[in-house]
Amino acid sequence: MKHFAQLIKALDSTNKTNIKVQALTDYFKIAGDTDKVWTIAILSHRRPPRPVNTTLLREWASEFSNIPLWLFEESYHIVGDLAETIALVIPADPASTEKSLTQFLEEMIALKKKPDDEKKAYLYENWKVLDYYERFVFTKLITGSFRIGVSQKLMTRALAKATEIDEDILAYKLMGNWNPDTISFQDLILEENESDYLSKPYPFYLAYAIEGEVDDLGDVNDWSAEHKWDGIRSQVILRNDEIFVWSRGEELVTDKYPEFDAFIGIIPNGTVIDGEILPYPKGEIGTFNDLQKRIGRKTVSKNLLAKVPVILKAYDLLEWEGEDIREMAFIERRELLQKLFYSVTEPSSSASRRSSTNVESGPTITSEPNPRQSAGRSASDLVSSRQARNADIVENLSPSAAEIPLHLSETVHFTSWEEAVKERERSREVHSEGLMLKRKDSPYLVGRKKGDWWKWKVEPLTIDAVLTYAMRGHGRRSNLFTDYTFALWDEKEDGEKELVTFAKAYSGLTDAEFRKVDNWIKKNTLERFGPVRSVTPHHVFEIAFEGIALSKRHKSGVATRFPRILRWRQDKKIEEANTLSDLKDLIV
Amino acid sequence: MKKPLLEFTGKGIYCSAADVYLDPWKPVDKAIISHGHADHSRWGHKHYITHHRNVPIISHRLGDINVTGKEWDETFAINNVKFSLHPAGHIIASSQIRVEHKGEVWVFTGDYKTENDGISTPYEVVKCHTFITECTFGLPAFKWTPQKEVFKDINQWWAENQAENKTSVLFGYSLGKAQRLLKYLDTDIGKIYTHGAIENMTEVLRPLVDFPKTTLITKDTKKEELLGNVVLAPPSAHGSPWIRKMVPYVTASASGWMTFRGARRRRAIDKGFVLSDHCDWDGLLESIKATGAEKIICTHGYSDIFSRYLREQGHDARTEETQYGEEEDAGSKKDEFAPVFSEGEAK
Repeated sequence: MKHFAQLIKALDSTNKTNIKVQALTDYFKIAGDTDKVWTIAILSHRRPPRPVNTTLLREWASEFSNIPLWLFEESYHIVGDLAETIALVIPADPASTEKSLTQFLEEMIALKKKPDDEKKAYLYENWKVLDYYERFVFTKLITGSFRIGVSQKLMTRALAKATEIDEDILAYKLMGNWNPDTISFQDLILEENESDYLSKPYPFYLAYAIEGEVDDLGDVNDWSAEHKWDGIRSQVILRNDEIFVWSRGEELVTDKYPEFDAFIGIIPNGTVIDGEILPYPKGEIGTFNDLQKRIGRKTVSKNLLAKVPVILKAYDLLEWEGEDIREMAFIERRELLQKLFYSVTEPSSSASRRSSTNVESGPTITSEPNPRQSAGRSASDLVSSRQARNADIVENLSPSAAEIPLHLSETVHFTSWEEAVKERERSREVHSEGLMLKRKDSPYLVGRKKGDWWKWKVEPLTIDAVLTYAMRGHGRRSNLFTDYTFALWDEKEDGEKELVTFAKAYSGLTDAEFRKVDNWIKKNTLERFGPVRSVTPHHVFEIAFEGIALSKRHKSGVATRFPRILRWRQDKKIEEANTLSDLKDLIV
Repeated sequence: MKKPLLEFTGKGIYCSAADVYLDPWKPVDKAIISHGHADHSRWGHKHYITHHRNVPIISHRLGDINVTGKEWDETFAINNVKFSLHPAGHIIASSQIRVEHKGEVWVFTGDYKTENDGISTPYEVVKCHTFITECTFGLPAFKWTPQKEVFKDINQWWAENQAENKTSVLFGYSLGKAQRLLKYLDTDIGKIYTHGAIENMTEVLRPLVDFPKTTLITKDTKKEELLGNVVLAPPSAHGSPWIRKMVPYVTASASGWMTFRGARRRRAIDKGFVLSDHCDWDGLLESIKATGAEKIICTHGYSDIFSRYLREQGHDARTEETQYGEEEDAGSKKDEFAPVFSEGEAK
């Protein structure tokens, strides 16, 4: 544990990437093999499940440090991090421990099943023998979130330096399902083992936002474009008659989207598709708000499946006939993807359809085949014998909805950048976030890289809103009020105007602005509700957001997508802020 | 009901029986001043009374003022109210102010710390009926390590930076923290350079305390000569063009606020040393107990939380608003590392 705590301390006490990489590299060179595996797991968000809930942790920490629970809670609001608060309030003790990181984690895994009194005793015993920083790290491991400014990419780079194995290969090895409690460093990192790769996705290629003018990208003919769909970026893997669906956050989400089980037996084995999971209520692409109803549900009711079905909008093909084709040029991969798409959605007429979608003059979208046209396949054809669950779903859906939920993200054709600009302006109408521009000859790279792919989002929607509530931030914003709630005017029946909450936002201001607003909040607090304060309505902020949809879950009746602060409108009085009906007018 | 001996007014802490203010924040006729930080010794009073060692400090900061210096424990009467100054241990010449009238004793701490820093006259417990205490760090999360250990860390940090041929830039208030750092920096490692604000203040204090040699950074100072050495600078210099010229350098801050990981990261400081001139949680509780006070009045800091805790522990404690805790670094922006406390915080 001492080594690991020192590593975390080193990582936490610098803002410089190369120093972080060096600290990690040094650690990987000296740490024991099992400690290394656990460190990789922790830094790639594969911690064991939380053995003690935070309510108990708080109670026990306040008891052990001999302070009342309310005082512990107040301290926590100010410190902004539970593990840090616990580490600070627990009394110092000269004792120490030589237990390794692996030992601690094994104990934590075993701890989960133990009764509360044993958990309590375990925590007491360890909080006591660890020094301040070790206690912080230990408690972090228990509480979960370990955000210390080290991305998986940075960790992989250090691991590559320490092991002299190619970084991209390591990134690939570290993806997917592996259990740090059972896998050895040899098997995880050093060994080449084909069967382990069955469920493994490829690292996602991510694009940066376009810089400057689109014309700067050069010849328009070198680029391919498609809409940037607003769902969950995913990889769908078909190997060995099994399907694996991975989200971009490297979460295996196969069970959350049983619709895709229909791919088994239809899409050939040895296929990996990069695409976007999109909500498809009422036979058309819905909003992200619709998809929210599915995210986070582990088991999906039949009712919800019928109400908010999902589709996969396919962008790219990464593996075909069992071969990794990421090195191929984008348009060649697209060619294969389209071939696959037409063969599975319209096996009989694929050839004729493709010839009919030739580029016309002006911007056109390759039309999407109407799913109803391929109704030749009956529901029973789709039933996979593998899973009863599958059959159940298919039987209970209407024949048209039982179509294979695969759509192609259509290529947008244009002959000049002006045409592209026009197409981009249509984005909100078609429920996309803008366009994706991909160089026709680009390979599928690893991670976020500049040059070949660019995202070209539409300008955000904006509205002027009034600051009404504030909460202290976390991490580097601890002890500062940086998480804000904003409201818009609404006219009640009696003509009286009131402010109605519509969004929360906690990014977009500079540190200096945050300090100013924080100072103002502390002086203008109306009421306190635990960590939240209501403030005098006084300041107007311009809030930007990507999308908007009606929502029953929100008080305002409207849900906004990715709201953030665009600027502080110190020139505006609260009477000049927008109304709820202004906001609703933005809904397409 | 009789008037309390000290009242909290719009101008400051007021003793009506003597018609005198303690550390007032608005201009008044007669002010007794606890110490030289700008939030306690403000400009514009007609007459200042303070510890005689504080006279050169506030004269340096406020210019030509009418000031009277007093000794520790020297009792002086104003309208039959007895006043005396007692060491607060916060910075050089910082005092607690004792006020006695008709057998009733109040003590106003100003800012104070219980650890002996070796420069300031150490804090002394003063028995009283009512104790007006600051509680800047009035949370159980604040616990200081002995300064000896902190300075070991600071000197080790300096030596490590020197090994990498980098300049070590150490931030601390120009009055108090800077001199405390200066006193314990290990001059065997290298030379100590100073920012103008710190050099000037240290110059004022040299007759009172023996400090190591310092070199003022001027326009002619070459950045090469700074490499491997340490630079003492006020927090407001962080991120300024003055400091950017020193590349390659490593920054550190010495402050009680460095307890929080977030405070250091927010300011993009490379290293934080937890070193404070205020009491920590235990220090506050111990000194309150030692005064034997029946009534506790909590001012600037986490006063709301702290007084609630005191009440639960059986004390008669309440909070009062002051305007202390801001603009500690005179002549420059307020402390960049501290959160802002004000009315809302204390409710």
